[in-house]
Amino acid sequence: MTAKVTTEEVARVAELASLELTPEEIPGMVGDLNAILDYVAELNELDTTGIAPLAQISELPGAGGSASLRKDAVEPSLNRATVMPEAPESDGRFFKVPKVIER
Amino acid sequence: MLAAGISPEILAKYEPVIGLEVHVQLLTNTKAFCSCANKFGAEPNTNICPVCLGLPGALPVLNEKAVEFATQAALAIHCTVNERSIFARKNYFYPDLPKGYQISQFDKPLAEHGYIDVPTVDGSMKRIGITRLHMEEDAGKSIHDGFADSNSRTYLDLNRCGTPLIEIVSEPDIRTPDEAFEYLTRLKEILLYTGVSDCNMEEGSLRCDANVSVRLKGAPKFGTKAEVKNVNSFRYIRAALEYEIERQIELIESGGRVVQETRLWNAGEGRTYSMRSKEQAHDYRYFPEPDLPPLTITPDWILARERDLPELPEARRARMISEYDLSEQDARTLTASREFADRFEAAAKTAKNPRRVVNVLLSEVGGRLKALGLEQEQSPVSMTGIVLAADLLDEGKISSKQLKQLLDTSFETREDFPVVYEREKPQQITDTAAIEKLIDEVIAANPKQVEQYKGGKKTVAGFFVGQVMKASKGQANPALLNELVTKKLDA
Repeated sequence: MTAKVTTEEVARVAELASLELTPEEIPGMVGDLNAILDYVAELNELDTTGIAPLAQISELPGAGGSASLRKDAVEPSLNRATVMPEAPESDGRFFKVPKVIER
Repeated sequence: MLAAGISPEILAKYEPVIGLEVHVQLLTNTKAFCSCANKFGAEPNTNICPVCLGLPGALPVLNEKAVEFATQAALAIHCTVNERSIFARKNYFYPDLPKGYQISQFDKPLAEHGYIDVPTVDGSMKRIGITRLHMEEDAGKSIHDGFADSNSRTYLDLNRCGTPLIEIVSEPDIRTPDEAFEYLTRLKEILLYTGVSDCNMEEGSLRCDANVSVRLKGAPKFGTKAEVKNVNSFRYIRAALEYEIERQIELIESGGRVVQETRLWNAGEGRTYSMRSKEQAHDYRYFPEPDLPPLTITPDWILARERDLPELPEARRARMISEYDLSEQDARTLTASREFADRFEAAAKTAKNPRRVVNVLLSEVGGRLKALGLEQEQSPVSMTGIVLAADLLDEGKISSKQLKQLLDTSFETREDFPVVYEREKPQQITDTAAIEKLIDEVIAANPKQVEQYKGGKKTVAGFFVGQVMKASKGQANPALLNELVTKKLDA
C-alpha cells in the first residue's frame, strides 16, 4: 500500500504543529512526506498477524519490582533567579507571554 | 434564566444523558515525572526544573507513589487495574504547557470498568459505571487578569506543571443533574477516605467536566453532546446541567440542532456560553510516549494495594449503624470525613455507653456548633470532653439539664468540658430525704397523674421525674430520683 499525502493534509498538519508554510513550500513538503511514508511502507510487507503492537523496546518492570520508578523524594528545583533571565519576557516572578484569548 | 419557558410536559418528553470527567490531583510529595515539590500555593515558578519546563533533552521518570495512589483510587471505585498500561502524548499548544504535549494515557489506561453506587430519589441505589481511570500530568497556571499589562500579557506560573493527576471518566449512565451531584459527592468522599487527594475544589485539586446531551425518551441513539467546563463546585455542576438540559431541549423544540462544542459555565449569570472555538480545533494526535516504558505492575502488588485500602465510607456507615445503633443520617454525619469517624470511634470505645457519646456529640455539641455556624474543628469541646460528659450522664452524676449548662459555659468561655466540669462541679442533691420531700410535694399537687399511675400507666413516672427535676432546678441526682419516684408511687 502506498500512502499518498494530499496538499490539504499537509496544510492541516502544519496548522496543528503551528507551522506557517508558504504556498510555495507546500508542494515540496507533500513530496518529502510521501517519500518518507513510502519508505516506511516497506514494513507493511511483514506479516504481523498475532503480534502485539510494541510501543517501546525498553520494557522495564514497574511497581512491584520496580527498577524504572522513582522514589517520591523532593530534590531541589531550579533557582528562579537564574531561570527567569533566560525567558523572552518575565517580571522576575512570572513568565509573560502575549495575551492568550481562547483555549 | 433563558430556558425558563419550557413546560414540564415538554421537558418530560426528553431524557438527558450525562457523563462526567473528573480530574484529581494526587497528594504525592513530588511531581509525576520529576523530583520538584508538588505543593499548592508556593511562590510562582519556584518548583520547576528542566523536566517540567520541557527543556530539550530532559527525560521523565515516573513517581512510584503516584502509581500507588492512582491504583488505590482505582481499586476503591471497583476498577480492574491493568497489569500493563502505556503512557501517551496528547499534543496541543498552549503557553501553560511548555512541552507542547501532556503526558497522559490513551488506549491502555491504568484501570477500567469500575462503578460507584449512588442513592436515587426513591431511596434505591443506582450503579454508575466508570469507563476508565488513567494517569496524567497537570499543566501550569495561566493568569489572565490582575496585572498592569494584563490587557496585552498573560502571566504563567509553571509550578503546577507535572503535578500527578488521575482522570476518572464515567459511563454515560447519569440521567439527572441530581444523580450527577450524588455521583460526585460519593466519588469525592471515597477519594478522601483513600487519602490520595485532598479534593479541594477551590484550590483546583478536584475538577470536573460534564458531557451532556438529550434525546427523546426511548430513542435508540444518544443526542449530540455539549461539554461543560469551568465549573468549580458540585452545586454549580448541578445548576449548569439543569441549564444545559433545558437549553438543548428548547433548541430542539424550536427546530434547531445541538452542535458538539465546549461551553463554559458562568456562575454569576447562571448560564453556559459557547466557547466558539475554531472549527476542527482539536486533534490531539496521541501517540505512545517514547520517553517512558510501559508501566507494568504485578498482581501481588495490586493485591497489596487492595489490602492497604481503608474501610470505605459506604461499608463504614453500614457497620457503624449496626455497631452503635445509629440512624442513617447520624451515620452520614459521623462518617463525613475519615478523620472525624476515626476520632469518634476511638472515643466511643473508651466510653461506658457509645450511644450516649453519639447524642452528646451530635445533638448537644453539634447543635451548638451549628447554631454558631462553627465547624467541628472549631469546637471548644474535645472528644475526651465529650466522652467525660457522656459517662457522667450515663452514671447519673449530672442531669441532662446540668450538661446543657456546662456546655453553654464551655462554649462561652471556650474552655474544654473537663475544665468547666472540674471548676463548676454542679451541685447534685443526693440527699434521699431532700429528694423525697420534693417528690411528696409533686405527688400531692398532681392527684390525677397518681391515679393514672395506679391504674397501670407506668409511663407517668416520667412525668413525676420531670416535675421533681424541675423543682430541684436540675440538681437532683437523676439515678436516685428515678429510683425514689418509682418507690414512692408504688408505695
